[in-house]
Amino acid sequence: MIEYWNPLIERMPLEELNKLQEGKLKSTVRYVYERSDFYRKKFDEAGIKPEDIKTLADVVKLPFTYKKDLRDTYPTGMFCVPNEQLARFHVSSGTTGKPTVVGYTKNDIHEWTTSLARAMTSIGVGRGDVIQVSYGYGLFTGGLGLHYGAEEVGSTVLPTSSGNTEKQIELMQDLGTTTMACTPSYFLFMTEMAKSMGISLKDDTKLKIGIFGAEPWSQQMRARIEEVTGIKAYDVFGTSELSGPLFTECTYQDGIHIWADQFLIEVVDPRTGIPLPDGERGELVITTLAKEALPLIRFRIGDNTVLNREPCRCGRTHPRIMRILGRVDDMLIIRGINVFPGQIESVLMNIPEVGEHFQIIVDRINELDVMTVQIEMTDAAFSDKVNDIIKLEEKVASALHKVLNLAVKVELVDHGSLPRSMGKSKKVIDKRKL
Amino acid sequence: MENKIIKQISLFSENKPGRLANIADKFRDAGVNIRAFTIAEAGDFGIIRMVVDDPDLAHEVLHNSGFTVSETNVLGVEMVDVPGGLAKIADVLGKENINIDYAYAFVTKIEKALLILRVNDIGAAVNVLERNNIKLVDMKDIEDI
Ligand SMILES: [Zn+2]
Repeated sequence: MIEYWNPLIERMPLEELNKLQEGKLKSTVRYVYERSDFYRKKFDEAGIKPEDIKTLADVVKLPFTYKKDLRDTYPTGMFCVPNEQLARFHVSSGTTGKPTVVGYTKNDIHEWTTSLARAMTSIGVGRGDVIQVSYGYGLFTGGLGLHYGAEEVGSTVLPTSSGNTEKQIELMQDLGTTTMACTPSYFLFMTEMAKSMGISLKDDTKLKIGIFGAEPWSQQMRARIEEVTGIKAYDVFGTSELSGPLFTECTYQDGIHIWADQFLIEVVDPRTGIPLPDGERGELVITTLAKEALPLIRFRIGDNTVLNREPCRCGRTHPRIMRILGRVDDMLIIRGINVFPGQIESVLMNIPEVGEHFQIIVDRINELDVMTVQIEMTDAAFSDKVNDIIKLEEKVASALHKVLNLAVKVELVDHGSLPRSMGKSKKVIDKRKL
Repeated sequence: MENKIIKQISLFSENKPGRLANIADKFRDAGVNIRAFTIAEAGDFGIIRMVVDDPDLAHEVLHNSGFTVSETNVLGVEMVDVPGGLAKIADVLGKENINIDYAYAFVTKIEKALLILRVNDIGAAVNVLERNNIKLVDMKDIEDI
């Protein structure tokens, strides 16, 4: 039987859901126009008044907001409530320049918690589960976000935060963790560490569910994680500018459910900003419909995805996005060809001899872009005949060439020699910067 | 036949300085003695092949140090004249359609030349070589040299 956190909302007939969304969109637009100098100025410049937004389709008339806007208005220039109404700040360190600050009213935190409570229920996490939250706690949204969601559904939280992996594995065994929440690369790191401690996550723990996110990971990596550790691995999605982790897939693992009563999503062409037909790959754009402190209007998240409005087999009517296919700005342009690290990962994970660890190095040699994919040697792939290894390198190179339409140099490297990340994995080294 | 098979240690290594010294250190600490040693290089990587007095211990030591390592079954032939001997062996095996994957020779402490061979059908190779009166060494001989 399928369980819902809020069956009324989650299974609401599409027509009703659209009506609800439309009302919330109109009130959000009015709300930001009245309360935020930033939005008023932006709307005025675009020649838009709140009353111009009459239907859901009118959303395309609204101007986009960007990460840059959050940095430019640092720290709280875009906020719609005075600071004394805030219950919390989260801060994400920007890779360029100023960090971004996101404020939450008590109600914002409640909405955030509700979103995750629905998500966790949809993957079967609830009372009786022990959730080990190995996302970072603190200014980063991952840890606290999942923590609140887990408590809301009645689970027991083990707030380990990230790091100290051996201890984490001990606690996982001793306290009977059933659900891990962390980045997929950290989970792989953990699996390896457990193995070196003589512990099999499959046989020696109660783990059954993983809530993995904060970095893109492929379908093949999921298959591998599920096979090696015997758990069901679910994708969690969110971004610090909205409120960290918010949404997951349901048990059908067929797209991430985005709660339409809280968020309005579009997928646009990343270059032109023009909305794309459903099913086409483009950049995700989100408008918040329930946020008080920092509502975002047509926010350009920078993630690539595909939108699916078909109701899900689980009975939920809210739209889904296909698993995030990488960041718009992670895209590498090599000899004029667009390459996403996720594509490379997909190819590699389909080759049984290739292990989990790889690294992409891009360089410019004699005015020509050269991409090298380094793969760690595994016991399973090792042959003591030089030709066998060269053949494996050629096999991988030709599989990559087929998918990317690009000649790639493949190098097998020593097991354990590529950097293991504790959080987000650094899979691309671009040496071309000059 | 079994006792004519020598367990060779093979390991994968990027061509990086310091790797060999590292292996030598590990073996010294564990009391493993290398009898024969060769590196097959191919661009960015190499395969180090070794005959040691205690292959199981060597395998464990290297594996625990994080190397990608395997034990490979090879044959050892004691010979007086290496080039001539190799030609004869290749000839004898070739007639039976047995391929030599690789071979390397080294001189023992007691100044005998030893040829190590990996073939595609080790059982058949032992049979053929013995029929042709080519003497194969065993693990016991390796420990003693
Ligand atoms: Zn579903």
